[in-house]
Amino acid sequence: MKRTRLYHALLLIIAISLVIAGCGNNGGNSPAAPVSTNGETTAAAGGGEDSDEIKVGILHSLSGTMAISEVSVHDAELMAIEEINAAGGVLGKQLVPVIEDGASDWPTFAEKARKLISEDQVATVFGGWTSSSRKAMLPVFEELNGLLWYPVQYEGLEASPNIFYTGATTNQQIVPAVSWLLENRGKKFYLLGSDYVFPRTANQIIKEQLKAEGGEMVGEEYTPLGHTDYSTIIAKIQAAQPEVIFNTLNGDSNVAFFKQLKDAGITAQDITTLSVSVAEEEIRGIGVDVLEGHLAAWNYYQTTDTEANKTFVANYKAAYGDERVTADPIEAGYIAVYLWAAAVEKAGTTDVDAVKEAAKGLEFDGPGGKVTIDGDNQHIYKTVRIGEVQADGQFKELWATSEPVKPDPYLTGYEWAASLNSGN
Amino acid sequence: MLPFLKSWKVLCLFDRKAYTQQVHKRGEFMELIIGQLFNGMSVSSILLLIALGLAITFGLMNVINMAHGELIMIGAYSTYLTQNLFIDYLPSSMFNWYFVLAIPASFLIAFAIGLILEFSLIRFLYGRPLDSLLATWGVALMLQQLARTIFGAPNVGVKSPTWLDGGWMLMQGVVLPYKRLFIIGLVIVTLFAMYLYIYRSHAGRRMRAVMQNREMAACLGISTRRVDATTFAIGSGIAGIAGCALTLMGPIGPALGTYYIVDAFMVVVLGGVGKLVGTIIGALGIGLTNTLFEFWTTASLGKVLVFLCIVAFLQWKPKGLVAMRTRSLD
Repeated sequence: MKRTRLYHALLLIIAISLVIAGCGNNGGNSPAAPVSTNGETTAAAGGGEDSDEIKVGILHSLSGTMAISEVSVHDAELMAIEEINAAGGVLGKQLVPVIEDGASDWPTFAEKARKLISEDQVATVFGGWTSSSRKAMLPVFEELNGLLWYPVQYEGLEASPNIFYTGATTNQQIVPAVSWLLENRGKKFYLLGSDYVFPRTANQIIKEQLKAEGGEMVGEEYTPLGHTDYSTIIAKIQAAQPEVIFNTLNGDSNVAFFKQLKDAGITAQDITTLSVSVAEEEIRGIGVDVLEGHLAAWNYYQTTDTEANKTFVANYKAAYGDERVTADPIEAGYIAVYLWAAAVEKAGTTDVDAVKEAAKGLEFDGPGGKVTIDGDNQHIYKTVRIGEVQADGQFKELWATSEPVKPDPYLTGYEWAASLNSGN
Repeated sequence: MLPFLKSWKVLCLFDRKAYTQQVHKRGEFMELIIGQLFNGMSVSSILLLIALGLAITFGLMNVINMAHGELIMIGAYSTYLTQNLFIDYLPSSMFNWYFVLAIPASFLIAFAIGLILEFSLIRFLYGRPLDSLLATWGVALMLQQLARTIFGAPNVGVKSPTWLDGGWMLMQGVVLPYKRLFIIGLVIVTLFAMYLYIYRSHAGRRMRAVMQNREMAACLGISTRRVDATTFAIGSGIAGIAGCALTLMGPIGPALGTYYIVDAFMVVVLGGVGKLVGTIIGALGIGLTNTLFEFWTTASLGKVLVFLCIVAFLQWKPKGLVAMRTRSLD
């Protein structure tokens, strides 16, 4: 009798654990501390046209799985708002951030977005990280004609009239990286990714591109989020003998993969690995000793050599601590605030349609170089950079496009991508 | 098989190139087989290490300990702390030996936390599996949050000692990483120590007596309270050792435990609750089949197939591989 009950209990645990494991790893990152401010809003007396304040919404996950990544972006956006306020504000008015917590839960993102637009009547919202959170908020912003600034590189194939995308789309990260690798590192690619939407979409694109540009795919492998043993995958990689591993793994799996790759005696000299989800912040958790020499593709590194970046990094460290590092999405969140402020100044009002119109062709010298808003798809022109991990945990830029690349979320400029669009 | 061999040989008589290719292919095939066998052993050893502690707390004591993963995490963070102490207070020439100290340190810290846990919570929940399941799950969440508060949400890095870098070249194309060999060795040592403790020491005899027949043992003058506490603490301590070893292979973060807890329960349940031998066979079975399936199919599908096999097996033998024979009525 006791045994039966024990087994029933056991079934329950296994079910629960699977659910936890599933939810817990949704974003591929370990859950993070709820960093207070849960639902805490900065009270402001009226945000209307006549007051001397403008309310702006900030909507990131400050608790749950994704907080580990999103809190830094939230910090950078707050810093930009403070800087703008110190310089006299926008249209002579001070910006007041209204902070909401998306809690790593996609319906919550939609709900909080609705609250920010209808109840708080914010002029714009900066927020989101995962594609799922963006997809959840998109209908709300389109319905209420709000304005969202989304700061993370993503899989493309989207252009909402109510969203400005300040992170890279595929032709500003993955496509140029593949071309560069084909030219400089080899033709035989092994595609390794976590098993969810972004890696699978990205690899679909890469496969088409390889076919068109004379590369060869020698293997493709997906592992569940949170997978921790890569010995078999590494054996498969060794058997396939690729020259390049294109890594779209997300979160903690990267740690296990790189540690075990090094143990198997494969160094960056033997096989080049290029990652699209490993930035400065992740390097510290993986360990510099195992990552040294491997590559990443982003639009910005902490070491990016621009005047604007020197001030940006110094200010960020002064505000949040010397041990903090800046990274691509942090920079994208920061410039989003400046771009919006410039558009409002130009439009002379915070009205969404007027701001959208004014934003077309707007330029800004960000830490990652000059960016320009593309009026057609509301993405921004960005410089693509390939970086190599150095012994100090920072990237050394190996290559960068000579000028910012025009965003092309549907890859219409690439013949080989035709089948991708028809498929979607 | 025979006609194939014949034609192959005939072919090779005429075509030297095809012959060398075939031989080369067979060489590669051997490499793969040996490499995969080793990988399977290595995965099994890791599974066994994370399941050994649970084999005691769940297997022997029937406490469904959902906080087992977090005790592993505590072991990993103990290793991180030991590393930092070495960096801060000892000359850098000593750094490589931090890991030797980290193993007992992880054991002791997890042991102490297990002791506190047993004293403050578990002892009220013996014989109530569902309650202990929920309570320990709550403890797991609390420990995760505690780790976040103390060490921060991002992963921390542990630099493995240089004497574990690299690997042993068994033959051309087959490299056995020292870290994986080290973990296999660590498992064997831990197992041997556990065997000595449980089957060859007085304390172990008392422990088995209490687990088999609590009332009778109590009548014979054994302090069941003390035995329960030490048993649970030892299970926790072994989880700590597992955490220490895992820093060599994987991420070290507050959520570390959640990656391993399901596997740990699978091993113990498949092996048969209450028997160490069963746990060993269970770990070997899951580890080897998992690498095999993963090699044939993909990582996601491989895992599904392994789970399917386990479910099917438990339908056939609900008590697991090695069932404990008992005369008690339950």
